[in-house]
Formats: sequence, structure tokens, C-alpha cells
Amino acid sequence: MHFPEELKYTKTHEWVRFTDEGTAYIGITDYAQDQLGDLVFVNLPAAGDDLTAGEPFADVESVKAVSDVNSPVTGTVREVNEDLADAPEKMNEAPYEAWFVLAEGITDQAELMDAQAYEAFVESEG
Amino acid sequence: MKLIFERSVSGRHTDFLPSSDVPVSDLQFAERERPLRLPELPEVEVDRHYTELSHETRGVNGGFYPLGSCTMKYNPAVLEKTAALPGFTGVHPLQADESVQGCLEVMRLTEQMLAEITGMDAMTLQPAAGAHGEFTGLLLIKAWHRSRGDTARNKILVPDSAHGTNPASAAMAGFEVVNIPSDPNGYVDLAELRQHVGADTAGLMLTNPNTVGLFDPNISEITRIVHEAGGLNYYDGANLNAIMGIVRPGDMGFDVVHLNLHKTFATPHGGGGPGSGPVGCKAFLRDFLPGFRAEEKDGSLHRTQAQARVGDVRSFGGNFGVVVKALTYLLSIGREGVPQTAANAVLNANYLMHRLKDVYPMAFDVTCMHEFVITLEKMKEETGVSALDIAKGLIDYGMHPPTMYFPLIVHEALMVEPTETETKETLDAAADAFRKVLEEARANPEEAHHRPLNTRIRRPDEVKAARKPVIRYDFGD
Repeated sequence: MHFPEELKYTKTHEWVRFTDEGTAYIGITDYAQDQLGDLVFVNLPAAGDDLTAGEPFADVESVKAVSDVNSPVTGTVREVNEDLADAPEKMNEAPYEAWFVLAEGITDQAELMDAQAYEAFVESEG
Repeated sequence: MKLIFERSVSGRHTDFLPSSDVPVSDLQFAERERPLRLPELPEVEVDRHYTELSHETRGVNGGFYPLGSCTMKYNPAVLEKTAALPGFTGVHPLQADESVQGCLEVMRLTEQMLAEITGMDAMTLQPAAGAHGEFTGLLLIKAWHRSRGDTARNKILVPDSAHGTNPASAAMAGFEVVNIPSDPNGYVDLAELRQHVGADTAGLMLTNPNTVGLFDPNISEITRIVHEAGGLNYYDGANLNAIMGIVRPGDMGFDVVHLNLHKTFATPHGGGGPGSGPVGCKAFLRDFLPGFRAEEKDGSLHRTQAQARVGDVRSFGGNFGVVVKALTYLLSIGREGVPQTAANAVLNANYLMHRLKDVYPMAFDVTCMHEFVITLEKMKEETGVSALDIAKGLIDYGMHPPTMYFPLIVHEALMVEPTETETKETLDAAADAFRKVLEEARANPEEAHHRPLNTRIRRPDEVKAARKPVIRYDFGD
């Protein structure tokens, strides 16, 4: 399993990649996609929607179940990755490229871990 | 097999349709630009097509069908007979009350009996299914709080062992959902519950016995905690089959219940529906019930509507034909049959569990109610054989698989509900099949991944079906 160094991670298995202090891409981790299994649908927010750190902003559906995706940050949705709607398999194949939203105006964040801490956290969960 | 469109030949038709007995109107203004592309077949071809399709499906009348949490009991043939009586099928919902006294009597009797079984005071027969009933029940709870000016109650508590429909219905009804964890025994964690109730609690939704097949021994305490916080208690009747005639939700402290006539009361379930999800309530909620109820006044029955009703949740009286079937079932099994049904359902589940538990690990190894949950987590770790592989293997033995991967709190779950309608011989055959499949999977895990081996379609690609569904016939143009 792969956890890129340049990303930050949440305990609920989302990744966040800050492009600057107030802007970041958000997605789900390799571990999340592995646990969920083949994803078949994603329900994304709309541009302009508010994000609250620790609160659900999207949901993903696998053959097994529907799961919430929590926002690692508080801010606003600037852009949504519409490609995922037609190709949900991208979340399985390349979880760190398959970003859900680009957040801007970030004012707060959930408890975030670096790659080493997240890897240790995942191991303790498994 | 061919699709019905592939059997179609242009110009073929059936001559058995009656000629029109009403004046023909000119609807040219509404004429389609091109005719509908319907399949064209003689009646015999249509008949053969659907007969062949029916052979490809699996029902309770085809074999053992222990789909957990679904109560796939046998639907006695007499139910179809009464529901097809002309007095029930030849009426229109807009007819005057005096011309449909029989139908109204069916509704009143059914309401009375179901209210007695659940310990409720009044009932609506309008909701068309379980989740629809949940939504309706939550509207009652919402309307009651509002009627008292208590608008701050916006949260519904839902245990993590609940049916997925519970949180979904609560969200649909405009509530915020608060998840209450289970304790290690599979019961509601009382400390967590106490911590989460408060001035914002609208109510609690609970299935009891719950989705791991256990009766929560703290039920009176649970409903008391919610009541003391000012909330109401909602009973999800999905598992009523285990307790009907033995103990009543109304006596456990519940204020609203829904029932699934298509589970507990032997009307067809799943594709064979439609369903019916009557909602019962205590007297203080009666005034909010949707639709109409049949009530006696001056020696005859009338449709009456509640003052503060939440509005219709479906047209007219709901799925009336299903109600006729449920009443037929109740009258057939009688007063003594209701608790006997529950007792046999519980006995059958425990018998099957005991025939399996030396080889199949149980999620909770205690006396169960009407269903039990197997966990194959360890098996998957050791051999790679999953709950899915075992479920698929059972198909090779002529069984419909049990529910898989539910409840979510149990990993690699198989949830088995035999129902009261199965004989000891059927249960023994099922136990043998379960044991055989497990043994074969241990000996040959690779083969287990490819089961079933004997069906026309082996393992459909569920992922592709969900990602790229083909839901329209492609005419090739």
C-alpha cells in the first residue's frame, strides 16, 4: 500500500494536498479504496458548497456499501472533479490522482497526519 | 435466452384483445412522431418467453430461501384466491362508502388485529413498503413535536446495527442522524445512549430483535431513557416475526411502529410484491395519521381522515390487495397461530444454528431469535475463501444464499433466517449443504472462488453492472 510523502491524512482515510495555505485537493486514500472494494458511484458536492472539517461532503458507493467521505478542511468548494462521475474506477486505480474537490478559503482543518503517522495508524487499524 | 425484443418479428401480433367498447376519440394533436417500438409477438410466444424467464428465477416455491432480515416465508396460495375475489378487484377507490363496505371492513379488521399484535391504538395502511412506513412514522414524530411548539428536536438516534433504511428515512424526513454504537454483546450501548439524548432528541429508531438476531434485554430501559429526554421511540417491524403474539412493541415503550406485511404477514416479497408497510401509533399520535381509516358510525363503515394528518403518503388506501392477503393470513393462522409462528421461527433458527456452529463461527454464540449471523473473517484470512464464495457455493446445492455482508458491524457476514415455514427435513438438508460447501472450499479454495458451477450464469460482473449498466435495448440505430 502506498502513502505519498507530500500528502496529509485523516483518521477517516481521506488525503489532502495543499497547493498553498488556503487551497487544497481532497480525495480518499489507497487504504480506503482497498477497504471499500470496487467503487461504482460517487456523489460529489457542487462548486460553491461549504466544507466543514470532520463533516461528510461526499459519499462513495461500492458493490457492498455506501460510505461518507469527510472533509479534512473547512472552506469552500472551488472545483469538482466531474470525471469521477463517469469513471468511478479511477478512485480504485489511482486514488491519489482521483481528487474529489479543490477546496479554497481554508480556515480550519481536522487532525491531520503525515505519511509515516498515517501508515502506522492504518497498521494499528488492520 | 433471447430478450423479448429479439423474439419480435415486425407485423406479428395477438388477436385476443377485445375490441374497444367506448367511442374512439381523435387524438391526432397528441400523435407521436414515430410509433413506439414495442416487441411484436403472438400470445404464445409472449407466454413462452415469460415462462422461460420464470424458470430462471428463484423463489420460496423453488427451494429454501433463508435471506436474513427479509423473512422469506411461504406465501399460502389461498391469499391469492381471496385477493382475486371480484368484490376486491372490481371496485374503484372513488366509489361511495356505502358501496364498498366489504373493503372497508377488511381495512378495519386488519387495522384492529395489527394494532392488537403491536400494542398500538391506531394504524394507517397507506404506506407501500417498510422504508415508506419509516418515513411516515418519522413524519408523525416530527408533527407531534411541532404541534407542541418543540421545534428544537431535530435529531434521530439510530443504533449502528440498524437497517440502512433507518438513517436514510430519518435524513429524508429532515432529521439529523446520530449513530449509537453497539456494546460487545450486540446490544445498544446504554452509556452511549445516555450521552447522546437531550433537548434536541426527536426520537430513537430501533429494530428489536435487532439485525444480529438478538432481543435487546435492556429494551425497557432504552425506551425510558429516550422518553425521559422528551423523545419518542420508533419500532422498525422488520423482525416482528420473531416476537408477534409473544411480546408487543407498545408494551416495550414504543410509540410508533411500522410493519412489513410482505415479511411477517406472508404476502409476496421482493420482485413478487408490491409491499405494504402499515404504520401504527399510540393514541396521542392518532390525529397525525395520513390517508383515511375505516371507522364505524351509525351502523356502517366510513372513511375518516385525521384532523392534523401529515398528508397522503400514497394514493387512496395504499396497496389494498396486499392488505386483503395479510388479513387472510391472519384469519387462517388465527389467534393461536400468531405466537406459534413466532415460536417456530425462533426454534428453526436455533436448530439450524446448532447444526452449524461447530464448523461455522457465529458472530454472537448465544440463543438467537429468528435469525443468526455467521462470520467468516477468520476463514478469509486463513484460506482466502470469503462469505461471498460460500454464498455462491450454496447455489450449487439448490439453495438461495443467505444475506451477505450485513449487518455491517459483522465482517464477512452471512445472515441466515429460515422462517417458521421450513420443515426439519429442509433444515437438515440445508445444514448438510452448508457443511459440504465449507468442506469443499477448505479443500479447494480456488474452486470456491469460481462457484456456482452448475448455473447458466456463473458470477455476474456486479461491478461492471453498477458502473456501466445497460438498461435500454439497443435497436442498433
